[in-house]
Amino acid sequence: MSGIIGRKLGMTQIFDEAGTVVPVTVIQAGPCPVVQVRTAERDGYNAVQLGFGAQKDVRVNNAEKGHATKAGLDAAPAVLKEFRFEENAPEVGGTVTVEGFERGGRVKVTGVTKGRGFQGVVKRHGFGGGRASHGATRVHRAPGSIGAGTNPSRVIKGKRMPGHMGDAQQTVRNLLVAKIDAERNLLYVRGAVPGPVNGVVFIQKQ
Amino acid sequence: MHPFMETQKEYLRDGLPQFRPGDTLRVNVRVREGDKERIQAFEGVCIARKHGGVHETFKVRKISGGVGVERTFPLHSPMLASIEVVRQGRVRRAKLYYLRNLRGKAARIRERRTARPGAK
Repeated sequence: MSGIIGRKLGMTQIFDEAGTVVPVTVIQAGPCPVVQVRTAERDGYNAVQLGFGAQKDVRVNNAEKGHATKAGLDAAPAVLKEFRFEENAPEVGGTVTVEGFERGGRVKVTGVTKGRGFQGVVKRHGFGGGRASHGATRVHRAPGSIGAGTNPSRVIKGKRMPGHMGDAQQTVRNLLVAKIDAERNLLYVRGAVPGPVNGVVFIQKQ
Repeated sequence: MHPFMETQKEYLRDGLPQFRPGDTLRVNVRVREGDKERIQAFEGVCIARKHGGVHETFKVRKISGGVGVERTFPLHSPMLASIEVVRQGRVRRAKLYYLRNLRGKAARIRERRTARPGAK
């Protein structure tokens, strides 16, 4: 088992054995039913498809319903996600829980960052902006020059400019598993995790 | 209860005394030196409390060797062996940062007497 699907509950802090404060993100992870298994012979790669949560019946089409029934589930999962695996192939009908993780282990967490709308270069790319005073007019948060002149008389591709920020998938690697609460299906990960509270995150072992 | 609030409950300590800013506290702190552990007391006036569930903290100020020393303690930290209320003070604000500018006689705090006899 290498991955699990979860929901970010929020951040808090816990005390470790030494009595020091550890900032943690609490993630409600699993239990995730194995919905489908992909094999190298049939699909060209090895992976398990996990489900998470339950989708409202009216929002499920027949294809999704059939897919869930085939895996022996009552309701179609709200989220489906495939995780690669190399060995110990899980079987359809099994479940993946937080118990597959170990305290002190390292994980990477993938989520969709909070949408920030159309943002300028100062917020979006960390540009320094212009001067606050000394005669600066309308250039306080301006990007400055965006290239040379007549030669090449164009803006180079990939030039960092204002635009839409956030609402993009992001992965944070090397996060420490600070605590596991198997009873409540909670995973405590040290540090911050992308996305809003209640956002869906994918946790993978490293 | 929301599962998130549930997660913090186990870290909340009970048996903590009631105290407010203005009270003189004796905070017994566990100090680890190598693998030995001993208890060190820090006595002074509580000048602020910052609420917030499991991350509630309080500030204690004392004058040590003529120099003002302030320490911020996490209220629910297991490193605190105990907190004793030495003296209850009567003050009119929640944050006593003005004490930093006062010395000696001016920095005294009136004692708070419980209003009703027999009340805890």
